[in-house]
Amino acid sequence: MAERYVMSIDQGTTSTRCILFDHGGRLVSVAQREHKQHFPRPGWVEHDATEIWRNLEQIGPKALAQAGADPGQVAAVGIANQRETTVLWDRHTGVPVTRAVVWQDTRTDMLVEELARRPDAYIVEELCGLHLATYFSAPTIRWLLDHTPGLRERAERGDVLFGTMESWLIWKLTGGPEGGAHVTDVTNASRTLLMNIYSLSWDDTLLDFFGVPRAMLPEIRPSAETYGVATRVMPGVRIAAALGDQQAALFGQTCFAVGEAKCTYGTGSFLLLNTGHEPVRSTHGLLTTVGYQIGAEPAVYALEGSIAITGALVQWFRDGLGLIGTAPEIETVARTVDDNGGCYIVPAFSGLFAPHWRSEARGIIVGLTSYITRGHLARAVLEATGWQTREVVDAMNADSGLNLRTLNVDGGMTANNLLMQFIADVLNVPVVRPMVAETVSLGAAYAAGLAVGYWPDLEGLRRNWHRAAQWLPAMDPELRAREYDNWQRAVERTFDWIKPHDEE
Amino acid sequence: MPGPVQSIERAAAILRLLAQGSGRLGLSEIANSLGLARGTAHGILRTLQMVGFVEQDEATGKYQLGAALLHLGTSYLDVNELRSRAINWADALAARSGEAVRIGTHLQGKLLVVHHVFRPDDTLQTLDVGMLLPMHATAMGKVLLAYDANAAAAVPEGDLEAFSRRTIRTTKELTRALSGIREVGWAADVEETTVGEASVAAPIRGYGGLVVGAMGISGPVERVCDPHNRPRADLVTFVRDAARAVSRDLGAPRW
Ligand SMILES: Nc1ncnc2c1ncn2[C@@H]1O[C@H](COP(=O)(O)OP(=O)(O)OP(=O)(O)O)[C@@H](O)[C@H]1O
Ligand SMILES: [Mg+2]
Repeated sequence: MAERYVMSIDQGTTSTRCILFDHGGRLVSVAQREHKQHFPRPGWVEHDATEIWRNLEQIGPKALAQAGADPGQVAAVGIANQRETTVLWDRHTGVPVTRAVVWQDTRTDMLVEELARRPDAYIVEELCGLHLATYFSAPTIRWLLDHTPGLRERAERGDVLFGTMESWLIWKLTGGPEGGAHVTDVTNASRTLLMNIYSLSWDDTLLDFFGVPRAMLPEIRPSAETYGVATRVMPGVRIAAALGDQQAALFGQTCFAVGEAKCTYGTGSFLLLNTGHEPVRSTHGLLTTVGYQIGAEPAVYALEGSIAITGALVQWFRDGLGLIGTAPEIETVARTVDDNGGCYIVPAFSGLFAPHWRSEARGIIVGLTSYITRGHLARAVLEATGWQTREVVDAMNADSGLNLRTLNVDGGMTANNLLMQFIADVLNVPVVRPMVAETVSLGAAYAAGLAVGYWPDLEGLRRNWHRAAQWLPAMDPELRAREYDNWQRAVERTFDWIKPHDEE
Repeated sequence: MPGPVQSIERAAAILRLLAQGSGRLGLSEIANSLGLARGTAHGILRTLQMVGFVEQDEATGKYQLGAALLHLGTSYLDVNELRSRAINWADALAARSGEAVRIGTHLQGKLLVVHHVFRPDDTLQTLDVGMLLPMHATAMGKVLLAYDANAAAAVPEGDLEAFSRRTIRTTKELTRALSGIREVGWAADVEETTVGEASVAAPIRGYGGLVVGAMGISGPVERVCDPHNRPRADLVTFVRDAARAVSRDLGAPRW
């Protein structure tokens, strides 16, 4: 039977999506399911990996049914996933040993501080290109090994496996306890603090530093390569790609050339710049990470500006405060006023990521007066995403010595016209959205399709890219400067909030 | 103080009647039950139909409560939410058709553009979101007039503004066009707004089947239409499929 589609699985922080794309890179069907966010203590964020697997069991067949397709018509499946989130499971039963610890979780802040005080701590950034922060997987693995009785012994025997979400799903899809493949890809491995950024393999020095047994780690593979064949959910379909969601978006935006960049607006927002075959070090608070690796070709690296909370602030406005019914309503409410009324919200919910890297910072709302309404707060929520983007773009410009000329955007928040206009205004460059807003999924599909020959080459993929919308800057420069200054003063007020003894 | 308005009392009685029993009644049954002249009952039913409180089954001619009444208070869909929920399908429609895509809703007698996807040829184009267009001269506007009782009720009586030689000019002509649209389930505008431009649009339905917006493509008439100046069948199918996909995601029943 003719292979007509490529399937993508986007296992995100808030939901899992399954999409079928046709040869033109056009979306044919989509099925999606949210999973529960567990907040057992302040600063803790957990997911149930089994719930996520069950969601995939539902949406996979649903996406096929919607297109009237059967697995035989699917050339391959590619997976993109929330990065860093840590799953530990029992190799023999296939049951997770704890809830998955999400990248936003700050339970390891004391541990990270302790590790950072070690005289050999400088080695971490040197070897893996990342800051020592709660954000990445290694401290979480260590914390779980330290806090779960008997776990370290089981991990050392290889009875308990570690993986980020793509590893977990690939292992389950390829048979689980019955011969499931325990693999990860270079982009996901580059987010653990355990992989050597040059050799692209697990680094003994780092494993020692964090006290993580090698026996529990997956095999590191290229981002586009057949890892195995699914025995469940979409039986017979080749699993041919895996990338961290942000790297998948870089790929989906076809940023294949050095100097090309994109920013994806979801739960958090992530600006990635293709730096080619050499890892480039940042001096302005950006991360060095792997962009993608196609089969046996050399890996492509990226500089990354990670913003932890953007869409999640909108979600907090909806769920935490109950001030809107749905996320898009934020735009309706924000448009009831003309400006922020002097109010700024800095969402340092998990500390601040790039370019500040302040794990002790916590969120604030400043400039409150009795004049402030729900509309002003809604504006401040959206503006927080704009100014955080400005901060990482400034850092990227400083690091690369180039000035960004347009910003390519994607993700759920790009449906918000007020926000996209604001981003163009504060960056003073055009903002461009491509014709597939689900760029994360598209990137995973592209990589899988390339791996199995469904698409011949990168050039062909590039030709599928089209501009769907563009916002041009139109803000008075003086106003921009004044507002940025206010924002930066607001950011400073979040620093040093958590004191070491607070969390004992 | 003026007394109660008789026609409103009668309308309320009709709604109560339709809310009982089988919920499907013919004109004579309604007139007889309430002791009204057929003409009087018909006039009230027509008005109730216009505002969406009553629907008439096309095959049997019987009346029943309308979807607008069933979802009174919950039928409103935020336009920004509509855009968010439709964005994937609007993109796919633009990629498939090769033309620009717009989504519109009704706002005070005009068509409000709530979403716009550029024609996928990477030429310089400007976002139209927020623009107000005439209802009777656009494919999307006509879809809303055909299916959205609120929109239809906002059309003024008398002559309609002409934008080109082909614009519909009279309410009579418009009424005929709208019933044709309801028959086929989509609308076209061939050079009715702008000479050389054509559009095709279909309804987006929300929860309960209520029409909450319209979605369509537009482009040069020689690309959108066949040599007989009729919209190309493949494009019509793309538009209808995309609008249906959005409707399904919004919880509309299949139709
Ligand atoms: N119209 C909108 N305006 C503002 N924010 C929005 C809008 N639509 C969605 N969002 C926000 O965007 C996020 C959803 O975007 P998207 O679906 O790309 O993220 P996601 O893929 O779920 O994120 P993740 O991959 O981290 O799970 C949510 O946080 C939501 O609050
Ligand atoms: Mg995502």
